[in-house]
Amino acid sequence: MVTARVYGPGLVAERLTVRFGTTVAVDDVSLSVGPGEIVALVGPSGCGKSTLLRVLAGLEIADAGRVAWDGADLTRRAVHERSFGLMFQDHALFPHRCVGDNVGFGVRMQGADRAGRERRVAEVLELVGLGGFEARTVETLSGGEAQRVALARSLAPAPRLLLLDEPLGSLDRTLRDRLARDLRAVLTGLGLAAIHVTHDQEEAYAVADRLVVMRSGRIVRDGPAAQVWADPQTEFTAAFLGHENVLGPAVAAALGIGDGTHSVVVREAAISLEASPGPGAPGVAGRRAVVTAVQFRGATSQITLGVAVVGAPDVLLRVHVGSPPAVGNRLWVRLDPKHVVALRPDLPAVPG
Amino acid sequence: MTRRVGTRPALAWLLVGAIPVLFLGVFFAYPVVSILGRGISDGSVLEVIRRRSTGRLLWFTVWQAVASTVLTLLAGLPAAWVVARVQVPGRRFLRALLIVPFVLPTLVVGAALQATFERFGLDDPDGGLRLQGTVWAILLAHVVFNVAVVVRIVGGYWALLDPRVEEAARVLGANRWRVAWEVLIPRLAPALWSAAGIVFLFCFTSFGVILTVGGPTHPTVETEIWRYATQRTDFTTAAALAILQLLTVVALLVMINRLERRTASGAVARRPVPARAVRSVRQALGVAAALLPALVLVVVPLGVLVERSLAVGGGHGFGNYRGLGTSGANGLFVSPLAAVRNSLAYAAVATALAVLVGGLASVVVVHAGRRSGRGLHLALMIPLGTSAVTLGFGMLIALDSPPLDLRTSRIIVPIAQALVGIPFVVRSLVPSLRAVDPRQREAAAVLGASPTRARREVDLPIAARSLLVGAAFSFAISLGEFGATSFLTRPDAPTVPVAMFRLLGQPGAVLRGQAMALGTLLAGLTAVSVLVIERLRPKDALGW
Repeated sequence: MVTARVYGPGLVAERLTVRFGTTVAVDDVSLSVGPGEIVALVGPSGCGKSTLLRVLAGLEIADAGRVAWDGADLTRRAVHERSFGLMFQDHALFPHRCVGDNVGFGVRMQGADRAGRERRVAEVLELVGLGGFEARTVETLSGGEAQRVALARSLAPAPRLLLLDEPLGSLDRTLRDRLARDLRAVLTGLGLAAIHVTHDQEEAYAVADRLVVMRSGRIVRDGPAAQVWADPQTEFTAAFLGHENVLGPAVAAALGIGDGTHSVVVREAAISLEASPGPGAPGVAGRRAVVTAVQFRGATSQITLGVAVVGAPDVLLRVHVGSPPAVGNRLWVRLDPKHVVALRPDLPAVPG
Repeated sequence: MTRRVGTRPALAWLLVGAIPVLFLGVFFAYPVVSILGRGISDGSVLEVIRRRSTGRLLWFTVWQAVASTVLTLLAGLPAAWVVARVQVPGRRFLRALLIVPFVLPTLVVGAALQATFERFGLDDPDGGLRLQGTVWAILLAHVVFNVAVVVRIVGGYWALLDPRVEEAARVLGANRWRVAWEVLIPRLAPALWSAAGIVFLFCFTSFGVILTVGGPTHPTVETEIWRYATQRTDFTTAAALAILQLLTVVALLVMINRLERRTASGAVARRPVPARAVRSVRQALGVAAALLPALVLVVVPLGVLVERSLAVGGGHGFGNYRGLGTSGANGLFVSPLAAVRNSLAYAAVATALAVLVGGLASVVVVHAGRRSGRGLHLALMIPLGTSAVTLGFGMLIALDSPPLDLRTSRIIVPIAQALVGIPFVVRSLVPSLRAVDPRQREAAAVLGASPTRARREVDLPIAARSLLVGAAFSFAISLGEFGATSFLTRPDAPTVPVAMFRLLGQPGAVLRGQAMALGTLLAGLTAVSVLVIERLRPKDALGW
């Protein structure tokens, strides 16, 4: 390409493609990340999200496409000259160096003197809540501590973009939730742009403002997290984001929702349970349902309802309630069409 | 095609690889090929091989090596288990102690055993229990010499095997023996083959041991090469035997390598599984019993060696050591102490050479990747399997004309010793370089390190200790090298093993005592380098 293009501020990746032999790991992907924006890149394992991240970091060379930052082309720039931070899955801490030397590595590469280095190390360790850990050896760290040290190490050279490759993947649920919150606090506090790769949608919501969903090397959905959740657009995205009630076209039509040609996702907010068929919201008739299963989930329970439909088997809907009825109880279900969204079968989204 | 970032242009690698290739080509391949040429050119190889005596010689050499290998495995396996799996106090000291005979000159081990037989009355020529000069003495000496190989290689690998696999078999109803036979041995197989291969090589080309404890009635291919070359000056027969030996060794190396790979399951941990503490008296007794064979075999001869070195007349004293400083009627042209100085100087130069050549070679092997790396790795092991006598003999006849007229130069001795040391440097360096997680280099790159800088910051610190271990090994090996050195040293500048051999060859108790004193000194020096190895060696190191 000869034409000089003007790229926007922040990261702009354009039409990236990576092939390994005959498999296409990243397929014509474009993605931009504005200053201070935190993007979660989600998708099932093997969808190409880690490869995309490695291309952005410069660890993998793309077969086609370009990468730019603030208008400057970085496609051919070596890894160590990009000033991007990368946090690895399982951290990849240097086992032969203490915590302080791990964290100070990047600053040392920038040529900082000893005093400046020590100051910076103390600063970022304080930031991640590990003040005074400088002399500890890497082996003595717990999983959560190692994760924080890895974060501190990637933050210390003050990167302009932080890339996170499933950094919380190896931790247990509770720790993961806490560290995800802390991670977001640190990133927003610094106003640092970041791309956070994960296969866990809850972690994605906890860390990011924007959600980019990948499938088989392509981006299938890109938008603000709440919007992507509310309108997943495709069956794949709806199922991946954890929507329980994705109904096929025929079933949806039998329930009186949808147009008979598209699948729909029934968000939980659409479902209300009543003891009687009563008047309820105008225009929406109640339907007879029976509780077929109750699963205790702690604060709430998930109940499965078999909703009666004329001339077809019961339709199963799942909903969370505080105090669950017993299995076999009969209820009336009302569906609010405002919270029912039509889906397209796996249509790749237009980027941006 | 996508490629990983940070690969270096091929030209740079060629230059890095050129140094080891040149060194090994000129000082190893060329002399060995010269021998081959000499044997083949006058057509006498086949004639020598067809001789009945050659057949008998080869048969004896092979079977004593096989028997020695089996016995060494039996003696070493229980100790390998302890080193791998049990938290015993002084594990490092134990490893160090067991390796001492291996890095000692074969002559010292031979002399120590000879002294042990005398001490316990096992050298009675008429009736009674006699070991000295028998096949049993040779086998015993080989076990003493090589038991550490089994303990180190098998023990090191064993520590990487997850014990839960055996526990699973126990839970499923297999008794201890079944677990050992059906689960443990198959999993250990690659290490067992590797250790057996190395032990077999050493026993097959064993020289000093055969000369001292076997006596003249038990010649092997190696001692015959030496005898034909030096005493009967029949170079043709010596060259023919050397070819025969080399072919056997190469065939064996290839076979072992295949068995090692075929049995490798790859299901090993990256780091050793933590050892378990001894929890009951029964376990403690088991551990002691497992260690006993290896310990007795190693400690007793070394103890007797020290005791004999202190024996003066009827009592004990330091007379033998004081005698080392004088150059009297000892058959040497210099004082034995001067031999110590020679040995140290030669070994230092040899170590520097081995570290340089072996270090570069290791980097190339690791970079070359699995397939071509394996071939290179194998080629680098050949000097280990080539008999030192062949090597010394080859250098002597090949490097005799300009521009490489090194026969009278002193540098030829450390060069020969370095060739023996290089495999040890490679063996300790390659596994640790391979174990470097490539993501560490990537992490360094993302943090702003250039490719060269990333190698220096990540690979070098991790490899530095292994390099020092390899250096210490090659220093110890160089100190004790006898086979090649005996061909190449000038009469007025003997090394310790050469001086010992001459002292042992002279009549008289005084010179014998001095030989024992020299042996003890050498044992002390090698023990120090071995302890240095154990100190430097990372706790979770792979390889040696």
